[in-house]
Amino acid sequence: MISNSRNETILLGEKIGRLLKGGMCLCLEGDLSAGKTTLAKGIAKGLGVEEIVNSPTFNILKIYEGRLTLYHIDAYRLEGNSYDLGFEECFYDQEGVTLIEWSAYLKDILPKEYLLINIDNLGDNERSFEFVPKGSEYEALIKEIEKC
Amino acid sequence: MQKILAIESSCDETACALLNEKLEIETSIVTSQIDVHARFGGVIPEVASRMHVEQISTIIKEALKGHDMSEVSAIAYTIGPGLIGSLHIGAIAAKSLAFFYDKPLIGVHHLKGHIFVNELIEPLEYPLLALVVSGGHTELVYMKSDHDFKILGTTLDDAIGEAFDKVARIMNFGYPGGPIIDKLAQKGQVTYKLPSPKVDGYNFSFSGLKNACLTLANKLERNNETLNKEDFAKSFEEVALGHLIQKLKLVLNDYEVKHVLIAGGVAANSRLRELMKENITKQKLTLPPLKYCTDNATMIAVAAFKELKYGNFVDLSAASRSSLSIEAC
Repeated sequence: MISNSRNETILLGEKIGRLLKGGMCLCLEGDLSAGKTTLAKGIAKGLGVEEIVNSPTFNILKIYEGRLTLYHIDAYRLEGNSYDLGFEECFYDQEGVTLIEWSAYLKDILPKEYLLINIDNLGDNERSFEFVPKGSEYEALIKEIEKC
Repeated sequence: MQKILAIESSCDETACALLNEKLEIETSIVTSQIDVHARFGGVIPEVASRMHVEQISTIIKEALKGHDMSEVSAIAYTIGPGLIGSLHIGAIAAKSLAFFYDKPLIGVHHLKGHIFVNELIEPLEYPLLALVVSGGHTELVYMKSDHDFKILGTTLDDAIGEAFDKVARIMNFGYPGGPIIDKLAQKGQVTYKLPSPKVDGYNFSFSGLKNACLTLANKLERNNETLNKEDFAKSFEEVALGHLIQKLKLVLNDYEVKHVLIAGGVAANSRLRELMKENITKQKLTLPPLKYCTDNATMIAVAAFKELKYGNFVDLSAASRSSLSIEAC
Protein backbone atom coordinates (compact mmCIF):
# COMPACT_ATOMS: atom_id res chain seq x y z
CA MET A 1 0.00 0.00 0.00
CA ILE A 2 1.17 3.48 -0.79
CA SER A 3 0.43 6.68 1.07
CA ASN A 4 1.09 10.02 -0.55
CA SER A 5 0.74 12.20 2.47
CA ARG A 6 0.79 12.36 6.22
CA ASN A 7 -2.98 12.61 6.20
CA GLU A 8 -3.35 9.46 4.10
CA THR A 9 -1.08 7.65 6.55
CA ILE A 10 -3.27 8.75 9.43
CA LEU A 11 -6.39 7.58 7.56
CA LEU A 12 -4.82 4.20 6.93
CA GLY A 13 -3.95 3.97 10.62
CA GLU A 14 -7.51 4.88 11.58
CA LYS A 15 -8.84 2.10 9.38
CA ILE A 16 -6.48 -0.40 11.03
CA GLY A 17 -7.32 0.93 14.50
CA ARG A 18 -11.03 0.37 13.96
CA LEU A 19 -10.42 -3.29 13.00
CA LEU A 20 -8.15 -4.23 15.89
CA LYS A 21 -9.27 -6.74 18.49
CA GLY A 22 -8.18 -7.07 22.11
CA GLY A 23 -4.85 -8.85 22.60
CA MET A 24 -3.50 -7.94 19.16
CA CYS A 25 0.07 -6.82 18.61
CA LEU A 26 1.41 -4.70 15.74
CA CYS A 27 5.08 -4.17 14.99
CA LEU A 28 6.07 -1.07 13.04
CA GLU A 29 9.40 -1.15 11.27
CA GLY A 30 10.98 1.66 9.29
CA ASP A 31 13.85 4.11 9.45
CA LEU A 32 13.92 7.33 11.46
CA SER A 33 11.24 9.56 9.97
CA ALA A 34 9.52 6.78 8.00
CA GLY A 35 6.20 7.60 9.63
CA LYS A 36 5.83 5.04 12.41
CA THR A 37 4.52 7.51 14.95
CA THR A 38 2.26 9.05 12.29
CA LEU A 39 0.68 5.66 11.58
CA ALA A 40 0.43 5.10 15.34
CA LYS A 41 -1.49 8.39 15.64
CA GLY A 42 -4.01 7.09 13.11
CA ILE A 43 -4.32 3.71 14.79
CA ALA A 44 -4.93 5.44 18.12
CA LYS A 45 -7.60 7.58 16.49
CA GLY A 46 -9.25 4.45 15.10
CA LEU A 47 -9.22 3.01 18.60
CA GLY A 48 -11.02 6.09 19.88
CA VAL A 49 -8.07 7.57 21.77
CA GLU A 50 -8.66 11.29 22.19
CA GLU A 51 -5.36 12.28 23.76
CA ILE A 52 -2.44 13.51 21.65
CA VAL A 53 -0.29 10.53 20.70
CA ASN A 54 3.34 11.56 20.31
CA SER A 55 6.71 9.87 20.21
CA PRO A 56 7.22 7.34 23.01
CA THR A 57 11.00 7.29 22.47
CA PHE A 58 11.78 8.96 25.78
CA ASN A 59 9.44 6.99 28.00
CA ILE A 60 9.78 3.73 26.00
CA LEU A 61 6.13 2.95 26.83
CA LYS A 62 3.10 5.22 26.72
CA ILE A 63 -0.39 4.03 27.58
CA TYR A 64 -3.60 5.49 26.20
CA GLU A 65 -7.24 4.66 26.85
CA GLY A 66 -9.64 4.22 23.95
CA ARG A 67 -12.10 1.50 22.93
CA LEU A 68 -9.18 -0.73 23.98
CA THR A 69 -6.10 0.20 25.97
CA LEU A 70 -3.29 1.19 23.63
CA TYR A 71 0.24 0.25 24.69
CA HIS A 72 2.58 2.29 22.53
CA ILE A 73 6.13 0.98 22.84
CA ASP A 74 9.27 2.41 21.25
CA ALA A 75 12.31 0.16 21.45
CA TYR A 76 14.57 2.66 19.66
CA ARG A 77 16.68 3.26 22.74
CA LEU A 78 16.86 -0.37 23.75
CA GLU A 79 18.94 -1.34 20.72
CA GLY A 80 19.10 -5.05 21.12
CA ASN A 81 19.26 -4.99 24.87
CA SER A 82 16.15 -7.12 25.31
CA TYR A 83 15.93 -6.69 29.01
CA ASP A 84 12.99 -7.89 30.98
CA LEU A 85 10.98 -4.70 31.04
CA GLY A 86 7.60 -6.30 31.64
CA PHE A 87 6.25 -5.74 28.13
CA GLU A 88 4.66 -9.19 28.30
CA GLU A 89 2.04 -7.65 30.54
CA CYS A 90 0.99 -5.49 27.60
CA PHE A 91 0.98 -8.38 25.11
CA TYR A 92 -1.32 -10.51 27.22
CA ASP A 93 -3.88 -7.85 28.10
CA GLN A 94 -6.98 -9.06 26.23
CA GLU A 95 -8.52 -5.59 26.66
CA GLY A 96 -5.57 -3.92 25.03
CA VAL A 97 -3.53 -3.72 21.86
CA THR A 98 0.21 -3.26 21.66
CA LEU A 99 1.99 -1.16 19.07
CA ILE A 100 5.76 -1.55 18.90
CA GLU A 101 8.04 0.82 17.03
CA TRP A 102 11.56 -0.53 16.34
CA SER A 103 10.29 -4.01 17.22
CA ALA A 104 13.46 -5.62 15.81
CA TYR A 105 15.15 -4.57 19.05
CA LEU A 106 12.64 -6.65 20.98
CA LYS A 107 12.52 -9.71 18.76
CA ASP A 108 13.41 -12.11 21.59
CA ILE A 109 10.30 -11.29 23.56
CA LEU A 110 7.69 -10.68 20.85
CA PRO A 111 4.52 -12.78 21.05
CA LYS A 112 4.30 -15.71 18.61
CA GLU A 113 1.68 -14.03 16.47
CA TYR A 114 1.64 -10.41 15.38
CA LEU A 115 1.29 -8.16 12.37
CA LEU A 116 4.51 -6.69 11.04
CA ILE A 117 4.17 -3.45 9.10
CA ASN A 118 7.25 -2.40 7.14
CA ILE A 119 7.25 1.28 6.27
CA ASP A 120 9.52 2.61 3.55
CA ASN A 121 10.30 6.24 2.91
CA LEU A 122 9.97 6.69 -0.87
CA GLY A 123 10.97 10.33 -0.69
CA ASP A 124 9.11 13.53 0.18
CA ASN A 125 5.76 12.48 1.62
CA GLU A 126 5.43 9.17 -0.17
CA ARG A 127 5.54 6.07 2.01
CA SER A 128 4.98 2.39 1.27
CA PHE A 129 3.41 0.00 3.75
CA GLU A 130 4.05 -3.72 3.59
CA PHE A 131 1.94 -6.00 5.78
CA VAL A 132 3.51 -9.25 6.97
CA PRO A 133 1.11 -11.38 9.04
CA LYS A 134 2.42 -13.85 11.61
CA GLY A 135 -0.55 -16.07 12.37
CA SER A 136 -4.00 -16.67 10.88
CA GLU A 137 -5.74 -14.00 12.92
CA TYR A 138 -3.51 -11.41 11.30
CA GLU A 139 -3.97 -12.84 7.80
CA ALA A 140 -7.68 -12.26 8.32
CA LEU A 141 -6.98 -8.74 9.61
CA ILE A 142 -5.06 -7.82 6.46
CA LYS A 143 -7.94 -9.02 4.31
CA GLU A 144 -10.25 -6.81 6.33
CA ILE A 145 -7.91 -3.84 5.93
CA GLU A 146 -7.69 -4.36 2.18
CA LYS A 147 -11.48 -4.63 1.92
CA CYS A 148 -12.16 -1.28 3.58
CA MET B 1 12.14 24.83 60.81
CA GLN B 2 10.55 22.51 58.30
CA LYS B 3 12.86 20.55 56.04
CA ILE B 4 12.12 18.23 53.14
CA LEU B 5 14.33 15.38 52.03
CA ALA B 6 13.73 14.81 48.32
CA ILE B 7 14.74 12.04 45.94
CA GLU B 8 14.81 12.29 42.15
CA SER B 9 15.39 9.27 39.91
CA SER B 10 13.12 9.71 36.89
CA CYS B 11 15.75 9.27 34.21
CA ASP B 12 19.51 8.89 34.39
CA GLU B 13 20.35 11.12 37.35
CA THR B 14 20.18 9.81 40.88
CA ALA B 15 19.77 12.73 43.26
CA CYS B 16 18.91 13.55 46.84
CA ALA B 17 18.60 16.94 48.51
CA LEU B 18 17.69 18.47 51.83
CA LEU B 19 15.95 21.83 51.60
CA ASN B 20 14.56 24.01 54.38
CA GLU B 21 11.39 26.11 54.31
CA LYS B 22 13.36 29.28 53.54
CA LEU B 23 14.29 27.41 50.35
CA GLU B 24 17.92 27.23 51.44
CA ILE B 25 19.71 24.17 50.13
CA GLU B 26 21.26 22.32 53.04
CA THR B 27 22.62 19.56 50.84
CA SER B 28 22.13 18.55 47.22
CA ILE B 29 23.79 15.51 45.69
CA VAL B 30 23.46 14.51 42.03
CA THR B 31 25.19 11.74 40.15
CA SER B 32 24.71 11.36 36.44
CA GLN B 33 24.99 8.19 34.43
CA ILE B 34 25.59 10.12 31.23
CA ASP B 35 29.03 8.58 30.58
CA VAL B 36 27.59 5.09 30.69
CA HIS B 37 24.62 5.91 28.47
CA ALA B 38 26.74 7.86 25.96
CA ARG B 39 28.25 4.52 24.96
CA PHE B 40 24.79 3.36 23.90
CA GLY B 41 23.69 6.59 22.22
CA GLY B 42 20.88 7.11 24.69
CA VAL B 43 19.54 6.15 28.07
CA ILE B 44 18.96 2.40 28.41
CA PRO B 45 16.15 2.03 30.94
CA GLU B 46 17.24 -1.23 32.50
CA VAL B 47 20.82 -0.03 32.85
CA ALA B 48 19.50 3.19 34.36
CA SER B 49 17.41 1.31 36.94
CA ARG B 50 20.35 -0.85 37.97
CA MET B 51 22.60 2.14 38.35
CA HIS B 52 19.97 3.89 40.46
CA VAL B 53 19.90 0.84 42.73
CA GLU B 54 23.67 0.96 43.05
CA GLN B 55 23.77 4.68 43.76
CA ILE B 56 20.73 5.54 45.77
CA SER B 57 21.75 4.51 49.29
CA THR B 58 25.10 6.25 48.99
CA ILE B 59 23.47 9.39 47.64
CA ILE B 60 20.92 9.54 50.46
CA LYS B 61 23.61 8.93 53.06
CA GLU B 62 25.70 11.67 51.49
CA ALA B 63 22.78 14.11 51.49
CA LEU B 64 22.17 13.44 55.18
CA LYS B 65 25.80 13.91 56.20
CA GLY B 66 25.91 16.24 59.19
CA HIS B 67 22.12 16.02 59.49
CA ASP B 68 19.73 13.75 61.26
CA MET B 69 16.42 12.28 60.18
CA SER B 70 14.79 14.01 63.16
CA GLU B 71 15.28 17.32 61.30
CA VAL B 72 13.26 16.06 58.34
CA SER B 73 9.55 17.03 58.22
CA ALA B 74 8.60 15.09 55.08
CA ILE B 75 10.04 12.81 52.40
CA ALA B 76 9.44 13.71 48.76
CA TYR B 77 10.12 11.81 45.56
CA THR B 78 9.39 12.05 41.84
CA ILE B 79 6.19 10.10 41.19
CA GLY B 80 6.24 10.65 37.40
CA PRO B 81 6.62 11.10 34.52
CA GLY B 82 9.83 9.27 33.61
CA LEU B 83 11.25 5.83 33.03
CA ILE B 84 9.11 3.52 35.09
CA GLY B 85 11.94 1.33 36.41
CA SER B 86 13.97 4.36 37.43
CA LEU B 87 10.97 6.01 39.10
CA HIS B 88 10.36 2.86 41.13
CA ILE B 89 13.84 2.94 42.68
CA GLY B 90 13.34 6.48 44.00
CA ALA B 91 9.80 5.65 45.11
CA ILE B 92 10.88 2.57 47.05
CA ALA B 93 13.71 4.45 48.74
CA ALA B 94 11.38 7.32 49.70
CA LYS B 95 8.64 5.02 50.92
CA SER B 96 11.07 2.97 52.99
CA LEU B 97 12.37 6.11 54.68
CA ALA B 98 8.85 7.45 55.25
CA PHE B 99 7.71 4.13 56.69
CA PHE B 100 10.72 3.55 58.93
CA TYR B 101 10.95 7.11 60.28
CA ASP B 102 7.20 7.67 60.22
CA LYS B 103 7.31 10.79 58.02
CA PRO B 104 4.66 12.14 55.66
CA LEU B 105 5.28 11.24 52.02
CA ILE B 106 4.94 13.59 49.05
CA GLY B 107 4.83 12.47 45.39
CA VAL B 108 6.03 15.25 43.11
CA HIS B 109 5.36 15.73 39.39
CA HIS B 110 8.75 15.99 37.70
CA LEU B 111 7.80 19.04 35.63
CA LYS B 112 6.54 20.94 38.65
CA GLY B 113 10.06 20.50 39.98
CA HIS B 114 11.54 22.02 36.84
CA ILE B 115 9.15 24.96 37.06
CA PHE B 116 9.25 25.69 40.80
CA VAL B 117 13.04 25.42 41.05
CA ASN B 118 13.02 28.92 39.56
CA GLU B 119 11.78 30.16 42.95
CA LEU B 120 15.31 29.68 44.19
CA ILE B 121 16.29 32.54 41.88
CA GLU B 122 13.37 34.92 42.28
CA PRO B 123 9.71 34.85 43.32
CA LEU B 124 7.28 33.63 40.66
CA GLU B 125 4.53 35.96 39.49
CA TYR B 126 1.20 34.77 38.14
CA PRO B 127 -0.19 34.33 35.56
CA LEU B 128 2.99 32.56 34.57
CA LEU B 129 3.98 30.85 31.34
CA ALA B 130 6.56 28.08 31.47
CA LEU B 131 8.24 26.67 28.39
CA VAL B 132 9.25 23.18 29.45
CA VAL B 133 11.79 21.74 27.05
CA SER B 134 13.69 18.50 27.53
CA GLY B 135 14.37 15.08 26.05
CA GLY B 136 10.84 13.97 26.85
CA HIS B 137 8.87 17.22 26.92
CA THR B 138 7.99 20.23 24.85
CA GLU B 139 5.20 21.96 26.64
CA LEU B 140 3.77 25.40 27.19
CA VAL B 141 2.34 25.37 30.70
CA TYR B 142 0.10 28.24 31.77
CA MET B 143 -0.28 28.81 35.49
CA LYS B 144 -2.87 31.15 36.98
CA SER B 145 -1.53 30.33 40.43
CA ASP B 146 0.92 27.92 42.02
CA HIS B 147 -1.62 25.11 41.91
CA ASP B 148 -3.40 25.72 38.62
CA PHE B 149 -1.68 24.16 35.61
CA LYS B 150 -2.94 24.17 32.07
CA ILE B 151 -1.06 22.71 29.12
CA LEU B 152 -1.66 25.08 26.23
CA GLY B 153 0.60 23.33 23.78
CA THR B 154 2.57 20.14 23.48
CA THR B 155 4.49 18.30 20.80
CA LEU B 156 2.50 16.27 18.31
CA ASP B 157 5.46 13.98 17.66
CA ASP B 158 9.04 14.28 18.93
CA ALA B 159 10.11 16.29 21.97
CA ILE B 160 12.65 18.99 21.17
CA GLY B 161 15.49 17.30 23.06
CA GLU B 162 14.64 14.08 21.27
CA ALA B 163 14.81 15.92 17.93
CA PHE B 164 18.28 17.24 18.83
CA ASP B 165 19.41 13.72 19.77
CA LYS B 166 17.95 12.06 16.70
CA VAL B 167 19.25 14.67 14.28
CA ALA B 168 22.69 14.44 15.91
CA ARG B 169 22.49 10.72 15.34
CA ILE B 170 21.47 11.09 11.68
CA MET B 171 24.49 13.36 11.19
CA ASN B 172 26.84 11.18 13.28
CA PHE B 173 27.56 13.94 15.80
CA GLY B 174 27.36 11.68 18.88
CA TYR B 175 25.30 11.70 22.06
CA PRO B 176 23.83 13.67 23.75
CA GLY B 177 22.86 15.73 20.72
CA GLY B 178 21.77 18.93 22.48
CA PRO B 179 25.09 20.19 23.87
CA ILE B 180 26.98 18.99 20.77
CA ILE B 181 24.71 20.87 18.35
CA ASP B 182 24.70 23.93 20.63
CA LYS B 183 28.50 24.05 20.59
CA LEU B 184 28.86 23.47 16.84
CA ALA B 185 26.18 26.05 16.07
CA GLN B 186 28.10 28.78 17.87
CA LYS B 187 30.68 28.67 15.07
CA GLY B 188 28.23 28.22 12.20
CA GLN B 189 26.12 30.20 9.76
CA VAL B 190 22.65 29.45 8.46
CA THR B 191 23.42 27.98 5.04
CA TYR B 192 21.24 24.87 4.85
CA LYS B 193 17.61 25.46 4.04
CA LEU B 194 15.40 23.50 6.40
CA PRO B 195 11.61 23.81 6.60
CA SER B 196 9.98 25.55 9.55
CA PRO B 197 7.36 23.32 11.20
CA LYS B 198 3.78 24.32 10.51
CA VAL B 199 1.26 23.33 13.17
CA ASP B 200 -1.98 24.94 14.21
CA GLY B 201 -2.48 26.46 17.61
CA TYR B 202 0.13 26.32 20.34
CA ASN B 203 1.30 22.79 19.57
CA PHE B 204 4.73 21.83 18.30
CA SER B 205 6.05 19.40 15.72
CA PHE B 206 9.62 18.35 15.05
CA SER B 207 9.24 15.24 12.89
CA GLY B 208 9.07 17.15 9.60
CA LEU B 209 12.29 18.93 10.46
CA LYS B 210 13.88 15.61 11.40
CA ASN B 211 12.74 14.18 8.06
CA ALA B 212 14.24 17.13 6.19
CA CYS B 213 17.57 16.52 7.96
CA LEU B 214 17.45 12.87 6.94
CA THR B 215 16.69 13.80 3.33
CA LEU B 216 19.62 16.22 3.40
CA ALA B 217 21.96 13.59 4.84
CA ASN B 218 20.95 11.11 2.15
CA LYS B 219 21.40 13.68 -0.59
CA LEU B 220 24.89 14.60 0.60
CA GLU B 221 25.84 10.94 0.73
CA ARG B 222 24.55 10.34 -2.79
CA ASN B 223 26.48 13.32 -4.16
CA ASN B 224 29.59 12.45 -2.14
CA GLU B 225 29.48 15.86 -0.49
CA THR B 226 30.56 16.48 3.05
CA LEU B 227 28.45 18.27 5.60
CA ASN B 228 29.64 21.52 7.11
CA LYS B 229 28.86 20.47 10.66
CA GLU B 230 28.90 23.95 12.16
CA ASP B 231 26.67 25.45 9.50
CA PHE B 232 24.26 22.55 9.62
CA ALA B 233 24.02 22.74 13.41
CA LYS B 234 23.32 26.48 13.19
CA SER B 235 20.71 26.00 10.43
CA PHE B 236 18.93 23.27 12.36
CA GLU B 237 19.04 25.07 15.69
CA GLU B 238 17.62 28.30 14.27
CA VAL B 239 14.61 26.48 12.82
CA ALA B 240 14.00 24.28 15.88
CA LEU B 241 14.35 27.06 18.45
CA GLY B 242 12.56 29.53 16.20
CA HIS B 243 9.56 27.21 16.32
CA LEU B 244 9.56 27.37 20.13
CA ILE B 245 9.80 31.15 20.17
CA GLN B 246 7.05 31.53 17.56
CA LYS B 247 4.58 29.49 19.65
CA LEU B 248 5.63 31.19 22.86
CA LYS B 249 4.93 34.58 21.33
CA LEU B 250 1.59 33.37 20.06
CA VAL B 251 0.55 32.55 23.63
CA LEU B 252 1.85 35.88 24.92
CA ASN B 253 -0.29 37.54 22.31
CA ASP B 254 -3.45 35.71 23.43
CA TYR B 255 -3.02 35.36 27.19
CA GLU B 256 -2.25 37.65 30.06
CA VAL B 257 1.21 36.67 31.26
CA LYS B 258 3.31 38.44 33.88
CA HIS B 259 6.21 36.07 34.13
CA VAL B 260 7.89 33.78 31.59
CA LEU B 261 10.36 31.07 32.42
CA ILE B 262 12.08 28.18 30.73
CA ALA B 263 12.67 24.84 32.37
CA GLY B 264 14.10 21.43 31.55
CA GLY B 265 17.35 20.21 30.04
CA VAL B 266 17.07 22.11 26.75
CA ALA B 267 16.80 25.35 28.77
CA ALA B 268 20.58 24.99 29.02
CA ASN B 269 20.88 25.70 25.28
CA SER B 270 22.82 28.96 24.91
CA ARG B 271 21.02 30.12 21.77
CA LEU B 272 17.58 29.50 23.30
CA ARG B 273 18.60 31.67 26.26
CA GLU B 274 19.69 34.44 23.88
CA LEU B 275 16.44 34.20 21.92
CA MET B 276 14.40 34.36 25.12
CA LYS B 277 16.18 37.55 26.17
CA GLU B 278 15.66 39.09 22.74
CA ASN B 279 11.99 38.17 22.50
CA ILE B 280 10.64 38.46 26.03
CA THR B 281 10.81 42.14 26.74
CA LYS B 282 7.47 43.01 28.30
CA GLN B 283 7.27 40.22 30.87
CA LYS B 284 9.49 39.25 33.75
CA LEU B 285 11.86 36.56 32.45
CA THR B 286 13.69 33.90 34.43
CA LEU B 287 16.40 31.80 32.87
CA PRO B 288 17.48 29.20 35.40
CA PRO B 289 21.22 28.61 35.88
CA LEU B 290 22.48 25.50 34.14
CA LYS B 291 22.67 23.42 37.33
CA TYR B 292 18.88 23.73 37.71
CA CYS B 293 18.11 22.89 34.07
CA THR B 294 19.24 19.30 34.36
CA ASP B 295 17.55 16.89 36.75
CA ASN B 296 18.27 17.36 40.44
CA ALA B 297 16.54 16.69 43.74
CA THR B 298 16.51 20.29 44.95
CA MET B 299 13.79 21.06 42.43
CA ILE B 300 11.71 18.15 43.73
CA ALA B 301 12.08 19.53 47.25
CA VAL B 302 11.00 23.04 46.17
CA ALA B 303 7.89 21.64 44.47
CA ALA B 304 7.25 19.41 47.49
CA PHE B 305 6.94 22.50 49.71
CA LYS B 306 4.02 23.55 47.47
CA GLU B 307 2.35 20.17 47.91
CA LEU B 308 3.00 20.43 51.66
CA LYS B 309 1.30 23.84 51.68
CA TYR B 310 -1.81 22.34 50.09
CA GLY B 311 -1.69 19.16 52.15
CA ASN B 312 -1.12 16.93 49.12
CA PHE B 313 0.39 13.78 50.55
CA VAL B 314 0.50 10.26 49.14
CA ASP B 315 0.44 6.97 51.01
CA LEU B 316 2.73 3.99 50.73
CA SER B 317 0.57 2.42 48.03
CA ALA B 318 0.95 5.36 45.61
CA ALA B 319 1.82 4.16 42.11
CA SER B 320 4.58 5.74 40.05
CA ARG B 321 3.51 6.65 36.54
CA SER B 322 5.65 6.80 33.40
CA SER B 323 3.21 9.22 31.80
CA LEU B 324 1.48 11.65 34.06
CA SER B 325 -0.19 14.90 33.08
CA ILE B 326 0.74 17.95 35.11
CA GLU B 327 -2.90 19.02 34.93
CA ALA B 328 -4.04 15.87 36.72
CA CYS B 329 -1.42 15.94 39.41
